[in-house]
Amino acid sequence: MADHHGRPRMGNDARGTGDREQQPAEQAALTARLHRLGERLDRIRPEAPAEQAQAARPGADSSAMARGFRLSSELVAGVLVGAAIGWLIDRWLGISPWGMIVFLLLGFAAGVLNVMRAAGVVPPNRMDPPSSKE
Amino acid sequence: MDPIHQFQIKNLFPIARVGGVEIAFTNSTVFMLLSLAIILLFVVGGTSRRALVPGRLQSMAEVSYEFVSDTLRSTAGPEGMKFFPLVFSIFMFILVLNVIGIIPYTFSVTSHIIITVAFALLVFFTVIIYGFWKNGLRFLKLFVPSGIPIYILPLVSFIEVMSFLSRPVSHSVRLFANMLAGHITLKVFGGFVTMLGALGFLGWLGALVPLGFTVALTALELLVAFLQAYVFAILTCIYLNDAIHPGH
Repeated sequence: MADHHGRPRMGNDARGTGDREQQPAEQAALTARLHRLGERLDRIRPEAPAEQAQAARPGADSSAMARGFRLSSELVAGVLVGAAIGWLIDRWLGISPWGMIVFLLLGFAAGVLNVMRAAGVVPPNRMDPPSSKE
Repeated sequence: MDPIHQFQIKNLFPIARVGGVEIAFTNSTVFMLLSLAIILLFVVGGTSRRALVPGRLQSMAEVSYEFVSDTLRSTAGPEGMKFFPLVFSIFMFILVLNVIGIIPYTFSVTSHIIITVAFALLVFFTVIIYGFWKNGLRFLKLFVPSGIPIYILPLVSFIEVMSFLSRPVSHSVRLFANMLAGHITLKVFGGFVTMLGALGFLGWLGALVPLGFTVALTALELLVAFLQAYVFAILTCIYLNDAIHPGH
């Protein structure tokens, strides 16, 4: 049922060291068939979404309630993580309450960033500069 | 009529003892195994016939496959399909656990934070390990946005790191808190029915109101059970997307 056209070759290499290695011809034929099947599926699938469209706003197609659930906890999570890190730093370095103050504020900033990202106001972060491919 | 009582873990019989800690077979384990059996029956039963014109079970299995694969493909791209087994397992497991939990006298496994944290950390470490394995140190550029002046870059990347660290927290707390709150609300309204009913005839009339609420809340809980599984799955896809795609 599952089509494996998206899987790169290295997936086969990683586990193919056992008895499967003994029939390279069959293996190659199977890979070719899977590849052809994948190509055919890609042609049939009507709106194979373009890379830019899907990258624009991940999860934009989820229902409104799902997004609401998501937003509600993002801010809290950021603040909680900030408080936890601040508390640990206070304990380790004995500089109470400065670690808590600084990291709670940073955590709040991270929480706001989370919410804005989840809402699609701020584009999600990319590892490469935007000029490289877009 | 303690609304928290339903979440109690009961040890049924001990399995093993690891370093002085007893590992017991609990009621939570029973329902995890039960949902595993349901999923196995559903998927294996649905794919055993492989008819060209699918029957009921087969078309349900196909719909669930298509649903998860479309979600994964639209958020993480075609390369994301190599994580399909992970996402499908997580989605189906959480969905079945949530839905079983609505049935009275059952135990809702996902209302325990240890379970949801385990799921969230599994996803978190998958993203980190795969991200470093695939992109090497370029994965760290996730924390360094481009086009930021150098003098505020340390601050911004610090906030980015904390935003990244808060992911498993929000990922796990959302599912746990929704299930916990929903089940407590149901129990409280159910408790009102019996308490008012003890007052006699007028009490029974008054009890109709919380009874109606209980019915409506059960329907809402069914929606929440599905939505939380879906939210968990789609966030897994979004996080995996960060690890798979170095950039667009």
